[in-house]
Order: sequence, then structure tokens, then C-alpha cells
Amino acid sequence: MVNLALAWAETYMAEHPDVRISVTGGGSGTGIAAMVNGTVDLANASREMKGEESGAARANGITPIEHVVAHDAIAIIVNQSNPVEKLTLSQISAIYTGQISNWKQVGGEDRPIVLLSRESNSGTYAYFLEKVIRLGRTDSRLLFSPDTLLMPSSEGISVEIRQNPNAIGYDGLGYVTPDLKMIALARDVGQPYVLPSVDSVRDASYPISRSLYMYTAGEPEGRVANYLQWILGDGQSLVAELGFVPLQ
Amino acid sequence: MVESMIRVLGFSTVGLVLLIFAFLLREGLPVLSSVSPESLLGQLWYPTFGFFGMLPLLLGSALVTVTAILIALPLGLATAVFVREVAPSWAREILKPLIEVLAGIPSVVLGFFGMTVVAPWVRNTVSAPTGLTALAGGLVLGYMALPTLISVAEDALDAVPRSYRDAGLAMGATQWQTIWRVVVPAARSGIVTAVMLAMGRAIGETMAVMMVTGNAARMPIGWEALLRPVRTMTATIAAEMGEVAKGSTHYRALFAIGILLFLATFIINLTAARAIFAKRRKGGLR
Repeated sequence: MVNLALAWAETYMAEHPDVRISVTGGGSGTGIAAMVNGTVDLANASREMKGEESGAARANGITPIEHVVAHDAIAIIVNQSNPVEKLTLSQISAIYTGQISNWKQVGGEDRPIVLLSRESNSGTYAYFLEKVIRLGRTDSRLLFSPDTLLMPSSEGISVEIRQNPNAIGYDGLGYVTPDLKMIALARDVGQPYVLPSVDSVRDASYPISRSLYMYTAGEPEGRVANYLQWILGDGQSLVAELGFVPLQ
Repeated sequence: MVESMIRVLGFSTVGLVLLIFAFLLREGLPVLSSVSPESLLGQLWYPTFGFFGMLPLLLGSALVTVTAILIALPLGLATAVFVREVAPSWAREILKPLIEVLAGIPSVVLGFFGMTVVAPWVRNTVSAPTGLTALAGGLVLGYMALPTLISVAEDALDAVPRSYRDAGLAMGATQWQTIWRVVVPAARSGIVTAVMLAMGRAIGETMAVMMVTGNAARMPIGWEALLRPVRTMTATIAAEMGEVAKGSTHYRALFAIGILLFLATFIINLTAARAIFAKRRKGGLR
């Protein structure tokens, strides 16, 4: 969600020249860790805080407050030349755990499947693991196959998928460019296959969508409070522009 | 006065290295209290789920580094021989600074080049499932190790006395024979140093490796491992250190990887030093 945070900061600074906002990327864990250490005012996160993180915050005398700022969907992306159009969540789980290793097993060409993922510090990684690989089951101990390529950035994933017809990847809808092919998803066999879009995320017919958060250390005050208010109001127009899904 | 200042500075460098190592030990060793040594040498690296097996990372670094050296050694040695022994002096004047410019290319630029050019080339040439492989990492790293290897090897050739070459030629040997049978063997210890320094450069490189090797923490076993993704120790530290909570097991495990890396470079440098030392005792050059 760093793109969104940057766009918000730039637009807000243009409207309020007296305010300076600097945005740093690195993954949800990075931002929350910085908020816990007291080095930032706002931590952007594409997942909820973990128990150990809020524990660490309280140990530092900080009460983290959660604000939902936008919605997002995870798109499953493949190379343009890949004939596969649709998959169920359990097929994707089987692909990412290594049980399905050839595209012909899911109706594609006879090609090996190359798995791409974000690094383990990305909120998208944790979300994908819980919701897709483990299919939302808390008792599941499934993990990414050890053959999964961990890419340090969204750009790394799109570069590889653009040039490799074997690859499958996932990323936030906001990062998907038109030269990548999105896969329609169904919750289960027999249910409708839905492509990710603003409408299908908002009406929750698309199976993997989520909220994006900002965390503050305690109730926001002064400039930080003004900024948050602006994000929840006027700032929402930027959300749609970047391919995320606005709150209303 | 000046002498004692230089002495203080010299000792402080050594002291700093020792302090860094002490810091690594202090931050990394406590991992043993929460993870057993056997599981640290396990085959699964899923740090966010309590699996801290470092074997795939260790072997991944080793595979990429050895590949890089196997690529860089013949190229680098041949270049050094050409620049020092064969090229006319005007060509040498152009080549030497060019090689030094090579060393100045930022690794992230080479990484981007590797990701967009080398990796697709590897995939198409060897028809691997993906081009982000140990081989792509070895190619990029080998290229990055070249300037070090060439400069140090060239210095070693330079230190071979003129009389050796004259003697070789006077015995009726061709220039080619003189170079490969007299000059290169005489400079052997310097060339070993060059290889060791290049290895140190390769094993410690992070950014470019992270961009081209695919970072999959799988065990690189079997001949096809070269054509599959690997995850190196340096890439693991770089990718994960930003996120960990200070003092957590994951944090300690990353520092433990740092200790392994430190030991690996230490052993490499020690081997290099011994190679030079042994040669000197036998009355060889340098």
C-alpha cells in the first residue's frame, strides 16, 4: 500500500504546504515496528496488528489505535499467453503448496508452474497464506512450497510474470498493470468465478479482498488527526485512482 | 608522534572488527536458547512460522559463490594476462581504467540488468522453468567479481621480475609458453589471493543476488540445482531484517546467519593469507 500512502502524502502536502510527511516502504511489519519504537506518527499496514506486536507496543507504553482507510483485493496474475482463465481457491492452495506443479493439471498447457510470492515481511504474504493457502482454516499448518520464489517487490513479480509464461503470482489489485492477466476466482467448485474489480470487491463477491489500515500511537491529535480526517474524506478519491477500493 | 598516531589508527581498525564480531555474537548466539543446534541446521527456513533451518541458505550462498568464481576465474585471469603481458602499452592505458570503472557500477543496477536481461536469457537458453536461478546469480556475481580478480591478478603478474620473462624467452620458449609456464606459475600465490578476494566479494554481495536468484529457500541438491532458484544468506538478512521485532528469535536467527557469513569470509581470507605465507616460506615470490 506504499503507492497509496505516497499519493496521499504528496497530495496532502500540496494542499497544506506547512505540513511535511515522509513515507517509507518495506512492508506492514516494518511500519508497525517503527510505530512501536516511536519513530513514526502513522504506520500503514495491509493486515491487522499481530498479538505480539500490540504486546510490544504496550510494553513501550503505546496504545495502538486502528483506522480502516481503504479496501484492497489480491489479484492472481499470470502471463498474457497463459490460456488458464479461472481457478478455485483450493486449486490455488494446491498450486502454492506444490501439490499441483504443472499447468495442464488445471486446464492449461504442459508447462511447469513457477510460484511467485512477496517476501515474508509483506502484509500481502501473511494475508495470502491465511486466506488462500490455508483457506481461512486456523488449524491448518500448510505453508508456501519451498520452491516459491520470494520477490523483494511488486515490481519484481510483474517483471517476471511479464516475461515468463510458466509463472503465477499474486499481488494487490492496485499493482496489477494491464499487461498482466488476472484469473477469475471461485470460493469453491460450483460457485461463480469472479474477476477482481472495484464492484466485486465492494460487494464481497470476489473471494480475496481485505481492508487497509493506518495505526496511530494513541488517539491521533493535531496535524495527524487532520491528516487522517482528510484521508477518510477527500483522500478517498485517490484510492480509486490507484486501483484500490474506496470505503464508500 | 606521527608513528604513534598511525599505530593507534591501525589498532583501532582491528579493534573495530573485534567489536563488530562481539556484537554479532551477543545478538546472534542467544538464538541457541530458543532453537536447538539441530533445527538451525535443518532444511526448512520459514522464520515467521518457527522454522529456522539455515542449511538451504548456507548451501545457496556456497553454490552461487562457487559458480561465480568458476565463471570469473578463467575470464579474469585471461584478461589480466592480456592486459599485463600481451596488450601494447596504449591499449593497457585504456583497458586498466575501464576495468576499474566496472567496479564502480552499483550492484542494484547490475541486479536490474540481471533481472530483465540475464534471467530471461538463462530461461530461454537452458529451458529452465524460470530464469531467476543460481546460474543467473553466478553470472551476475561473476561479472561483479571480475574487476577485483583482474586488478589483483594483474598486480601479481606485475610483480614477477623482468628477468623471469627474459630467461624464458632466452631459453627459446615462445611468448605463450613463457606466460603460461613461467610468469603465471610464478605469480600463483598472488592469483590465489585474487580468487579469494573475489570470493569474499561474491559471498558478501546482497542486492544483485536478491534480484536475480529468486530467493526460494530450497535445498540446492543435484546437478539441476544450478538451474533452480536459491536463497542466499545475504539476501535473507537484507529481506527480513527490516521487519523483525528487536530481540525476537527471528532477529537472533538473522544475526546467527551474520555470524556464519563472518566466519565464512574469515576462513576464506585466512586461506588466502596461508597461501601467500606458505609460498613465501618456500622462497617464492611475494
